[in-house]
Amino acid sequence: MGLQAYLTLAAIVFGIGLFGVVTRRNTIGILLGIELMMNAVNINLVAFARFSGSDVGMIFTVFAICITVAEAAMGLAIVILLFRIRRTVMADHLDLLKG
Amino acid sequence: MAETIAFWSLAVVLVGSALAVVLSKNLFHSVLWLALALTGTAGVFLLLEAEFLAAVQLLLYAGGVVTIVVFAIVVTERLVGERITQTNRRITAGAVVALAFVAFVVNFISQQPLAATRQPLTADLTRALGEGVLTRFVLPFELLGVLMLAAMLGAIYFARPED
Repeated sequence: MGLQAYLTLAAIVFGIGLFGVVTRRNTIGILLGIELMMNAVNINLVAFARFSGSDVGMIFTVFAICITVAEAAMGLAIVILLFRIRRTVMADHLDLLKG
Repeated sequence: MAETIAFWSLAVVLVGSALAVVLSKNLFHSVLWLALALTGTAGVFLLLEAEFLAAVQLLLYAGGVVTIVVFAIVVTERLVGERITQTNRRITAGAVVALAFVAFVVNFISQQPLAATRQPLTADLTRALGEGVLTRFVLPFELLGVLMLAAMLGAIYFARPED
């Protein structure tokens, strides 16, 4: 399989994640969509690195995975904090910043 | 030939589980589908001969992230009863946005002169990865440690008991 097949697969997974982020009402559901999108980006990075024969893209992927995990931990901590304050995780009801 | 079969079966698993993540009514089922999607991605990494990254993906993502999300669901929802169900809103608009994006990117990819064959591997990839992280990319690596510490402190600060 050529590079094009891997990039197309990653684009489709990214699109599905985008759909989830746009349509989900539950904040945790939105975070799951973001995880899918980040995952698709990692596939792109590894595919480009492998097909160009360079290991730099793989090192970048290690960093990207670590940052994604930190992002997930912080995002869920914020969700739990919001749940404590507002007793809901539905994005429609979280309008604390509305004037 | 074997690679083609493996790629297509992984693609089916990945796209199917990703669709289940965003469409499943039960949030808990969504997380389990996400675990399958992340495992499928590890399979894609294996197909690209990145064994170390596949292991990292399984340990950090399928192990770590899924566990954290399950904890968050247990804290914010009741596992039985009505609360765990979730719905999507504005499905048509979301589908239009996502499909337009995918169509744009796939169209763009199909017009580019992309490599059809891989460059041969010169050295052991895992070894090159470890050497790169500790020599050329040691500064980002150390910064990543600081980021991890900051994230851990932040998460502990947010999750502290109310006083």
